[in-house]
Amino acid sequence: MCRQARVELSEISCVAVDHGPGLFTGLRVGVASGKAIAQALRVPMIAVSSLDLLAFPLRFTDRRIAAVIDARRGEVFWAFYRQVPGGIQRISEPTVGSPDELAAELLAQHGDTILAGDGAIRYAEHFAQRPGVELAGGDHAYPSARSLVQLAHAKALREDWVRPHEIELLYLRKPDAEINWSMRAGA
Amino acid sequence: MTAFDPTVPSRPGVDAHTRILGIETSCDETAASVVVGGHVVRSSVVSSQVDIHARFGGVVPEIASRAHVDLLTPVIAEALVEAGVEGPELDAVAATYGPGLVGSLLVGVSTAKALALVWGVPFVAVNHLEAHLYAALVEDPSLELPVVVLLVSGGHTMLIEMEGHGRYRLLGSTIDGAAGEAFDKVGRYLGLGYPGGPAIDRIAMEGDPHAIAFPRALMADGLDFSFSGLKTSVVNHVRKHPEVATADVAASFQEAVVDVLVTKARRAAQQIGAKGLVLGGGVAANSLLRERFLSACVEDGIHGFLPSRAMCTDNAAMVAAAAWWRLGADGPSPLDTGADPNLRLQLLD
Repeated sequence: MCRQARVELSEISCVAVDHGPGLFTGLRVGVASGKAIAQALRVPMIAVSSLDLLAFPLRFTDRRIAAVIDARRGEVFWAFYRQVPGGIQRISEPTVGSPDELAAELLAQHGDTILAGDGAIRYAEHFAQRPGVELAGGDHAYPSARSLVQLAHAKALREDWVRPHEIELLYLRKPDAEINWSMRAGA
Repeated sequence: MTAFDPTVPSRPGVDAHTRILGIETSCDETAASVVVGGHVVRSSVVSSQVDIHARFGGVVPEIASRAHVDLLTPVIAEALVEAGVEGPELDAVAATYGPGLVGSLLVGVSTAKALALVWGVPFVAVNHLEAHLYAALVEDPSLELPVVVLLVSGGHTMLIEMEGHGRYRLLGSTIDGAAGEAFDKVGRYLGLGYPGGPAIDRIAMEGDPHAIAFPRALMADGLDFSFSGLKTSVVNHVRKHPEVATADVAASFQEAVVDVLVTKARRAAQQIGAKGLVLGGGVAANSLLRERFLSACVEDGIHGFLPSRAMCTDNAAMVAAAAWWRLGADGPSPLDTGADPNLRLQLLD
């Protein structure tokens, strides 16, 4: 890829990674590789949420944007965004829950919403019939590395970066064992 | 400096000065190490997650993977600083690619490949079992072949004939659980917590190893092992005699396991006319096994390779050491190498 871009690895001055939410193992492969590249080059890192990456290409709408990622096990990760000059602004905390919970939230909100992400597509029947709700479609199913560098570039200009060991993954879900443990401890 | 083994084809650039960064993340230890020339350990950093997993009574894969991602960057940084080596001065980066927990392995493999790519050096994928075989040789490179390796850990119990570097024959293995797993299960049953190995080792010192005659499975013939009957006997004995001293149970159980391990290792060495016996794997940290293993080697007049305790448990120095031999024999591994949770030792025949 560097060959294609005619960039030497040594010319890279910052490494951006998608730090989640998403499927845990895939996420870790990306983050571990990114951290190692940054560590080897001794350059800083920028972490961007996969939800931001889904919402960003839709930034020219005046509607609310919902980024929705399939979290498996019948759940989705989601967050809401709105357009601001030059980009998007997240207006809710990233959340994990059932498609019905998200549908209920959509129903409670005023104004129109456009949904992006593979979670919106997989559970389309939960959202599609709602008034004022539109699905962005297949082009907006997955976060792109293109959006990642665009968003990271803006952060880099503000020097909004971290060192490789400071990267935190956005899992949004505890490991099953910890959930079981706290249930047992609470019982 | 030890002479190089002639069974390793010399490859340009792989010699006594070759500096390799090893990375180990196959289970619950996050480790990095710099080893020069296959056995001079310049640094070996191990960050154990044992406290994180203790309350669950075993290693939780998802928790282990998360910890590896967070811990590996600083562990590598520390290994490089301790070794006084700058990243670009390294000659290769190696990582364990199996067997182990797939999520954990992927963190180490992804990291090693990215580091190798940036530094422009070879990546070497290392088999965790082979790394354990080399653990003893890192500290004692006076190797005379063939040797028999007794590899005992939480996941494996095997007797391996090492005929040359990378040339192995499986002589025997467990037909059910591993010896280390038996230690963990019995430890948990006796209420000694997790991990069971060190706990049993400690409490057994106060007990009578001959108090209870636990069974030694398959003792009379062959080189295979079985520990499931022993685990059941321990449970049955404690149920029948609830007043029994825990120290006596632990000591008698440990005695039975060590007795079988050492007897079979000797038998294997005798069968193939081995010049040496090598002990490896996490259970090799057990005090009684170490003592019996060494006295057996002295009695039989063969060289005993006994790694230090730090080298027995998972570490990255053994990974870097094994990588040095692998790099010399096979060259770099492809950068599309993935993790293989069920990786086996590549055997002859």
